[in-house]
Amino acid sequence: MFLIKCPFCGERAETEFSYGGEAGINRPLDPDALSDVEWADYLFMRKNPRGAHKELWNHAQGCRRWFGVERDTVSYRISRSFELPAGDKGP
Amino acid sequence: MKKYSAFGLLRNAIGHNRHWQPAWRNPDPKRKYDVVIVGGGGHGLATAYYLAKEHGIHNVAVLEKGWIGGGNTGRNTTIVRSNYLWTEAALLYEKSLQLWEGLSQELNYNVMFSQRGVYNLGHSLQDMRDIERRVSANRLNGLDAVVVNTEQIKAAIPMINTSANARYPILGASLQKRGGVARHDAVAWGFARAADALGVDIIQQCEVTGIQRDGRRVTGVETTRGRIEADKVGVVVAGNASVLASMAELRLPIESHPLQAFVSEPLKPVLDTVVMSNAVHGYISQSDKGELVIGAGIDAYNGYGQRGSFPTIEHAAAAIIELFPVFSRVRMLRMWGGIVDVCPDACPIISKMPVDGLYFNCGWGTGGFKATPGSGWVFAHTIARDRAHDLNTAFDLNRFTSGALIDEHGAAGVAH
Repeated sequence: MFLIKCPFCGERAETEFSYGGEAGINRPLDPDALSDVEWADYLFMRKNPRGAHKELWNHAQGCRRWFGVERDTVSYRISRSFELPAGDKGP
Repeated sequence: MKKYSAFGLLRNAIGHNRHWQPAWRNPDPKRKYDVVIVGGGGHGLATAYYLAKEHGIHNVAVLEKGWIGGGNTGRNTTIVRSNYLWTEAALLYEKSLQLWEGLSQELNYNVMFSQRGVYNLGHSLQDMRDIERRVSANRLNGLDAVVVNTEQIKAAIPMINTSANARYPILGASLQKRGGVARHDAVAWGFARAADALGVDIIQQCEVTGIQRDGRRVTGVETTRGRIEADKVGVVVAGNASVLASMAELRLPIESHPLQAFVSEPLKPVLDTVVMSNAVHGYISQSDKGELVIGAGIDAYNGYGQRGSFPTIEHAAAAIIELFPVFSRVRMLRMWGGIVDVCPDACPIISKMPVDGLYFNCGWGTGGFKATPGSGWVFAHTIARDRAHDLNTAFDLNRFTSGALIDEHGAAGVAH
């Protein structure tokens, strides 16, 4: 089980959190202008790296806020948690 | 290749078992092959076998970074069935099931395919409506499927808890009698031996580290045992598809997750069929050794570590005890995880790629084992003819751009 450090509440057990996938995928600002390929890229295509991964977690049974975590997808070691940029409220 | 037979068994017994041949050669890689298959799991070995047998392409290498069948082929719960909802998926898995039915004879290798039936339980009115719908769709597609009620389930599986007072009462199930289980290692070994006999080079301890291109055309692969040229490269690396795709600068709609399973100590025969439940989230069968084989769900997060979280195991154990309270005191022997590459629509990608001569077979998610022979069969066709077979046309990578997804979360979301 992971111990995940919520930037707002501190370190808690994994079962308090829910996973939000790859971080930094921004909603298109002008959806009408997007081609089918760009839509597919936004909706479905993922980096899915073997190694360092920036991802979103939600402290569902705590403060209920989204934040970012940098985690290694092989060792599962979490190197840091970070607050999302202002205006980015998560998925 | 010496054919296995009862007579051969007797002859080798008289010879004190000193004269068995290795089941396959251990060759060094050649400089160039017509086709290189990356990934020596069941799907990759089946692809190589059908390339040689159905399409006459014998100059084939299968490259495996570890040992054959040591990845997901050896890490699943061995369930085989074809009762998928949508026509595209049902026909693909049904092709596979039909190949399973003759596989031991075809390969001259006992894959221990046992058609002991697969029950998918329903615990609510909506579950039962979905089951009725799926069974009807299956029958329209020519698959064997029936809906059974609680009394029939209790008669077939005496240990199951069908009490109306259960937290999730069992209201009925779908039953596919032709479904069952197979010996997972034997599938890899059988395909390896049969492919090797047809001239395929199986090269273990050989990890692909790069995919080489000349403009828009693939020319070979870079490996830990040197460069290997190839006219065509087929990638079948469950779990690591995104890693291989990034070597060719391609993006896939795939996320890799750990999927766990565990087995109990061996017991006397207690369960002679396969029981799966999407609602309580667990599936169980009993192996020929007597171990209860129990599968859990995937962990929510991306992971390549071949292990998952304890809460997921606990959840699956709770589900099994809900169905079979008698198993609450059974001790567990081993647990393990495999890495599954999950597509957004829970269906595989068996497709040509934007690079000429490059083909991917991936995204089987949690249910690839049952498809092993069928997957190899259609993938071999796709590579040999440079176009998809009718059975895998719908599983092209382009469906994520066109929007023609095949939503199999209902039939595939949990239970395999």
